[in-house]
Amino acid sequence: MNYKIEISNANLFYGGFQALYDINLNIEERRIMSFIGPSGCGKSTLLKCLNRMNDLVEGCKVEGEFLLDGEDIYRDVEVTTLRKRVGMVFQKSNLFPMSIYDNIAFGPRTHGIKKKAQLDEIVESCLKQAAIWDECKDRLKKSALGMSGGQQQRLCIARALAVKPEVILMDEPTSALDPISTQKVEELCKELKRKYTIVIVTHNMQQAMRIADSTAFFLHGRIEEVGPTERIFNNPKNVRTEEYIGGRFG
Amino acid sequence: MNQRIMTYKAHPLSLVMKALVWISAALSVAVFVTLVGYVLIKGVPYLSLSLFAFEGSTSEVSILASIVNTLKMVLIALLVAAPLGVGCSVYLVEYAKKGSRVVKLAELAAQTLSGIPSIIYGIFGSMFFVTSLGWRLSLLSGAFTLAIMILPIIITSSQEALKSVNDSYREGAFGLGAGKLRTVFKVVLPSAISGILSGIILSIGRIVGETAALIFTAGTITKLASLTDSGSTLAVQMYNLSTEGLHMNEASAAAVVLLITVIALNSAASFIGKRIKKSGAEVN
Amino acid sequence: MLRNEAYADSNLLEEAFLPQTVESAPKKRSFSLKSFAEYFMQGVFLLCACISIICVVVICVYMFAKGCPAIAQIGVLDFLSGTDWFPTNSVPSFGIFPMIVGSIYVTAGAVLLGVPIGLLTAVFLARFCPERLYKLVLPAVNLLAGIPSIVYGFFGMVVVVPFVRSVFGGTGNSIITASIILGMMILPTVVGMSESALKAVPEEYYEGALALGATHERSVMRVLLPAAKSGICAAIVLAIGRAVGETMAVVMIAGNQARLPDELTDGVRTLTANIILEMGYASGLHYDALLGTGVVLFVFILILNLLLSIITSKRKG
Repeated sequence: MNYKIEISNANLFYGGFQALYDINLNIEERRIMSFIGPSGCGKSTLLKCLNRMNDLVEGCKVEGEFLLDGEDIYRDVEVTTLRKRVGMVFQKSNLFPMSIYDNIAFGPRTHGIKKKAQLDEIVESCLKQAAIWDECKDRLKKSALGMSGGQQQRLCIARALAVKPEVILMDEPTSALDPISTQKVEELCKELKRKYTIVIVTHNMQQAMRIADSTAFFLHGRIEEVGPTERIFNNPKNVRTEEYIGGRFG
Repeated sequence: MNQRIMTYKAHPLSLVMKALVWISAALSVAVFVTLVGYVLIKGVPYLSLSLFAFEGSTSEVSILASIVNTLKMVLIALLVAAPLGVGCSVYLVEYAKKGSRVVKLAELAAQTLSGIPSIIYGIFGSMFFVTSLGWRLSLLSGAFTLAIMILPIIITSSQEALKSVNDSYREGAFGLGAGKLRTVFKVVLPSAISGILSGIILSIGRIVGETAALIFTAGTITKLASLTDSGSTLAVQMYNLSTEGLHMNEASAAAVVLLITVIALNSAASFIGKRIKKSGAEVN
Repeated sequence: MLRNEAYADSNLLEEAFLPQTVESAPKKRSFSLKSFAEYFMQGVFLLCACISIICVVVICVYMFAKGCPAIAQIGVLDFLSGTDWFPTNSVPSFGIFPMIVGSIYVTAGAVLLGVPIGLLTAVFLARFCPERLYKLVLPAVNLLAGIPSIVYGFFGMVVVVPFVRSVFGGTGNSIITASIILGMMILPTVVGMSESALKAVPEEYYEGALALGATHERSVMRVLLPAAKSGICAAIVLAIGRAVGETMAVVMIAGNQARLPDELTDGVRTLTANIILEMGYASGLHYDALLGTGVVLFVFILILNLLLSIITSKRKG
């Protein structure tokens, strides 16, 4: 199996506070990996390391090696190129206050695509990939903020797809959604893994079970256990994993 | 560092944009520095004691009378506008229902007043106070004109100040059985005092610097004036001096006095304004 | 809401305790006196609240009642589109078109110079500024707002006029000079309002743009700036109002020739300058024509005010 992302000996500090300890993790290509664990365990922090959104946090220091296709993302890769290759979907929809079309086209435009025909094509194909084309094809020029919460989140996914990423990071993408919208997003994820590598942070263990191929369990800034989702949930080797999954804390 | 260079290499336009942003900010600061710098350089050498002499002669200009007139003007205008403005904001914040028609109208009116240029106030003042009320060109006419002009400043700043008073203070006072009036005067106004003060100081700055509204209401004659007499304020005198062209040195000196006064007033206002924000945060 | 509920509660409280406090007659009387004071002062406060409304109404009435007849007498078209302003000729003509054009020219010039610089300065303050610099730049810009127009005019006379004369030729009292000074004067308005509009944009938009691979600069310019556009529009409208209404600074540096300018180095007279220059000695129809000039200016300002309140109400809604 080909590893898309390889993390070795990673430590992360916010000022004097260490948020991640000694992380070693490999993420397979075209699979869904989920990060689970109680709040504050470092799963979102690690996720943000993968496209360097942590750079925004003042006093944040990252040690160790993060390889994307063998390239060190903190040294060899230019950060905007990295973020183009590693897209991100946030917890809360953060569509821009512009039209649906302009939202989706923002990424391609950023990366130098100017021709209208080409943009049109990208917008359509991304909306179709995100399975939301039918819902918004008649209102592409209307404000994206007029859509429902679930639709907005799927538009965010479409917008992330528009820059042709290789990896998509999702930070609790369904935590603000109703069950039906959640289901749609989950189905979408399963569909997308045919082309993309997906890393998803979730609080919802059923969700991890439903969609993830492999799962990493985080506790206090460490990865306690990582493996195929089925094994993690049915046959955890680590006592704390078992306790967490059994609902004894968290 | 190396990373940044990589990014800008890939996105040269971003680098250009960044440069433009920094240049603009530098220009803005440069505007302030050159303005203040030049006025000081041109004016400070001419600041002399004779400038503040009791009697000005034709050859030697004194700005003392104008300074006294300005002080009088500030005093009267504030006596008129401050109670009205504070009273207005008390009604809007403490009495009126939120979103009621009075509030909307009053806020719109204050906004309109603050948008009206001073020359219009000048015209209005000369028609209303000078002619209709028969006050003639006088400090009184000028001061009342200015009072209307500073009203929106006082209203808006006291409104902000009153709004920032924590509700728990009010509840506390009511809990002790105080009436509304007592609560307003003993609890709400005292805790909003610094915000109100900062608005008042700001409006003093406005009065000190005002010219256009005064030329046709208080007149341009430089002399120590009584309330019903016509007399120039410092800013008006400076206008006379600089447009006559005969006393540019004295005009420069007057500019320094004006500039320093106004900057001091504005700094004081923003300092006090900041203090309430801090104390407000502590309460919360 | 909470505030008024609190009041309601307190009234209830007072009523609840009433039976205990009205045992003796004098106390009861003092209570009613107290409630009279309450009502009386509420009325006083209400009156204060109405005062600004009254002021606006009276100003409008006076301006229009005195100015409009003059315009009517001269003839609306002759007044607004006439290009000759010879108020003291034996056959006087009162055309303020050159002044309208003059006001528009210098305002446009000021907006052209002041808005881009001001906007970018606001962007700098909101998104580029290291914290230490912020404490220097912001007060500098804010203090610009407080400096009296007469000082700007003086600065224009002694610094900008000679500068423009040597660079662009002409007398130096020109559209360019006035635009530069007015551009400086509107800076704080543009910077202050745009900065707060930019700061009000949710951080998520910025992060969203970065996550798509946009640079910091592109995220700010293409996402935050458009998101703050109504606040920025309000700032520009306000700035235009300042520039149109500015009098003293302009009259000292713009040349004040009441004719249509051919070049940017020509002098112009603005509406405001027209009033301030001649009102002192005008009489009769000439005086009325100046009032008419005031009305035209006033209408300009009212339109801008209206525009402003439309923009701000849209923003809230």
